[in-house]
Amino acid sequence: MKLIIAYIQPEKLNDVKQSLYRREVYKMSVTNALGCGQQRGYHEMYRGVDIEVNLLKKVRLEIAVNEDFVEPTIQAIIEGARTGNIGDGKIFVVDLLECIRIRTGERGKVAIG
Amino acid sequence: MRRTLVYGAALLAVICGAAGVGADDGTGADSVKVTLDTIWVLVAAMLVFFMNLGFATVESGFARAKNCVNILSKNFIVFAISSLGFLFLGWGLMFGDGTGFMGLKGLWFLTGADNSPATGDAYKGVYSAISWTGVPLLAKFFFQLVFCGTAATIVSGAVAERVKYISFIIFSFAMAIYIYPIVGHWAWGGGWLSKLGFCDFAGSTVVHSVGGWAALVGAMMLGPRIGKYGPDGKPRAIPGHNLAMATLGGFVLWLGWFGFNPGSTMAANPTAISHIVITTNTAAAAAILSATATSWLLLGKPDLGMTINGCLAGLVAITAPCAYVSVASSLIIGLIAGVLVVLAVLFFDRRHIDDPVGALSVHLVNGIFGTLCVGLFAEKSIAQAVGGVEISGLFFGGARQFVVQLIGVAASALYVLVTSFITWLVLKLALGIRVSAQEEIRGLDIGEHGMEAYSGFQIFITQ
Repeated sequence: MKLIIAYIQPEKLNDVKQSLYRREVYKMSVTNALGCGQQRGYHEMYRGVDIEVNLLKKVRLEIAVNEDFVEPTIQAIIEGARTGNIGDGKIFVVDLLECIRIRTGERGKVAIG
Repeated sequence: MRRTLVYGAALLAVICGAAGVGADDGTGADSVKVTLDTIWVLVAAMLVFFMNLGFATVESGFARAKNCVNILSKNFIVFAISSLGFLFLGWGLMFGDGTGFMGLKGLWFLTGADNSPATGDAYKGVYSAISWTGVPLLAKFFFQLVFCGTAATIVSGAVAERVKYISFIIFSFAMAIYIYPIVGHWAWGGGWLSKLGFCDFAGSTVVHSVGGWAALVGAMMLGPRIGKYGPDGKPRAIPGHNLAMATLGGFVLWLGWFGFNPGSTMAANPTAISHIVITTNTAAAAAILSATATSWLLLGKPDLGMTINGCLAGLVAITAPCAYVSVASSLIIGLIAGVLVVLAVLFFDRRHIDDPVGALSVHLVNGIFGTLCVGLFAEKSIAQAVGGVEISGLFFGGARQFVVQLIGVAASALYVLVTSFITWLVLKLALGIRVSAQEEIRGLDIGEHGMEAYSGFQIFITQ
């Protein structure tokens, strides 16, 4: 079991969702995130005074998957989120120790699927 | 006690002073009438000015949080631009004596000869088309100025979330200088349409359709916002970020209309202003109900956005006929306007004309409808007593008026479409009219202004 965490451009969420759906990945959590990478944020002014580093608006996706779905999920996120420009985002894959469905008490692979 | 006495004496002095001025003119009664009319015209104009806030809040509420600063900036600056444009040249072109096409005398800075508040044969000046109202020149100017500002601000909503700030500013100047005043001259400034008998009491055509046509050209030349249409060409919803603000704006505009329509009497005529307040309110109320019902039946839920647009649609539709029709007719006009606005929103969406706030459906479609309503619902007795003209609509025995109204709609459409197309085109070639795709995605607030409307808040938008 893996937990796939991806940071993407907010306006790409819809495309990513659609490419995930095409690969039969339907379960995800999405949250609002602020951050910066290579771009180092953006420049802002307020009433004539500089605001130097601003964090950019991003969307964080979390998807827990069984081994078979790791590659398809990664491919789907790339397909939906890639524009070729700086700021497209990153994907992190981490091992997932346990997964429990609260309603039934099921554990492990069945709980994810 | 002593202070009260002082105030009392001062008040007495003011009253005597006013009477004294009246005595110079001939009679005291005339002076009181001029004073009351001026107060009425200025208060009404201030209400219309307040509509700028209504437009600002409706438009920013219906748009996304990332474009909020830009929309508020546009709405704030547009009144400044119209104020100066109308002062420089707009007023002269609209109300100066001249040809049937445009004013030629007293063009610049209100510098023509004028002896307002004299009216009728006593009037000696170059703005004779508006000499029917007995108020000082600057009161006339202020009242007409806020109307010009309204026409210019209509464009803002339809081009929202993608137009370049500088191009919008320049276009607003064009509106105030040569787009709005020319049609205004035809209908209200003694031009060829008014000689033909065209009637537009408070501006369904002169203000709302003119703004609407210019907005249509702008929206079409800009193209839809990124993400408005899916790959299959179907329209997608781009929800507004603050319906509380949009509702506030809806109420402010509704209030403002009690200056817009009844104020267009430009005199505190008790019968007329009372009649017009009620036709105006009745049409708005009917349109709110019919727009809500239409959206409920057609779209499944009573959409608040459509309810607000419905109110505005009813108000726009009754703007031309408010002084010529009965209260019962205003109810029917409002009911139709509310249905029209919902259908028009769906129509423009399907035609790939992206209008984020429904400005075209409200001001253009219902501006045309309202203008034609004069030719359908006008009743001679009311038109005479309230509007001061002898006309009757198709339903009350007068076919000619309807044809005249149609001519007015067509002529203003042609003029505004051509002039605003040329203006937008020149802007497009010279400066560009649309922001870059990257800027549009991140929001015009950061791209154009380098600041956010809701600093310190996390806004979750993915489109």
